Amino acid sequence: MIIPAEYYLVLSAVLFFIGVFGFFTRRNLVSLLISTELMLNAVDINFAVFNAYCYDHLEGYIFTLFGIGIAAAETAVAIAIIINVYRNMKTIHIKNLRELKD
Amino acid sequence: MEHYTSIIIFSVLSLLMIAAAIAAVTSSKIMRATTYLLFVLFGTAGLYFSMFYTFLGATQITVYAGGIVVLFVFVILLIGKGSIDVTHTSKLRYMAGVLASMSGLAITLYIIKTTHFIADKLDPNGVSMRTLGKTIMGTDKYNFVLTFEVLSILLLACMVGAILIARKK
Repeated sequence: MIIPAEYYLVLSAVLFFIGVFGFFTRRNLVSLLISTELMLNAVDINFAVFNAYCYDHLEGYIFTLFGIGIAAAETAVAIAIIINVYRNMKTIHIKNLRELKD
Repeated sequence: MEHYTSIIIFSVLSLLMIAAAIAAVTSSKIMRATTYLLFVLFGTAGLYFSMFYTFLGATQITVYAGGIVVLFVFVILLIGKGSIDVTHTSKLRYMAGVLASMSGLAITLYIIKTTHFIADKLDPNGVSMRTLGKTIMGTDKYNFVLTFEVLSILLLACMVGAILIARKK
């Protein structure tokens, strides 16, 4: 039995909004990054599902592939920024990060 | 029984993914949150396998589980004590987060329910490596060599930028 495409879409919507909820409520830079990864992951599932079920060519497949690569690059830069923020201000809690310049 | 194997696997996988995602955004220990994120990423790889996209699933495991989660663990271990206390947010902000995500989810689910998808193109053979390689490196219509090159430049720029930002003065 083939799983209907809607099931995948519902699952990815639920995952995306769990990520949105985490982005609103977490107060820590690493936790915010984890929520962002959840959202990116849900969008990748959506691309792959639309390509597998509704389309002839490989656009969604390649988009997902490149999206994974871009997520890796984004995480590397974000983690470099977090390490730098921690080195300068000794905290990564959002409440204490009020200034970008020193 | 064989008819329902794929649907049972899908249900188990999706329940595990949703539970792990909720745990990842509510757990107060950040190392545990990263571990739950790892479960979600493995589940996503399982979804790709169930769509017969095996190369995509392998890439997901290699890059996300092997690269990104290891980066997270590194930064948590480097920061150490500063990352442990995930203080709880105020009640108002919590309720606002629940309200915003629930309303967005309701709108999205309504749109999915009222839209009819012409979904009959699923190919049990998946995508062959020959097709995939020709699609990534080809120069014709529906081919992606330019995107591939732009992505390689982006990765190079990110590497240089990450080293420059994280370097000691």
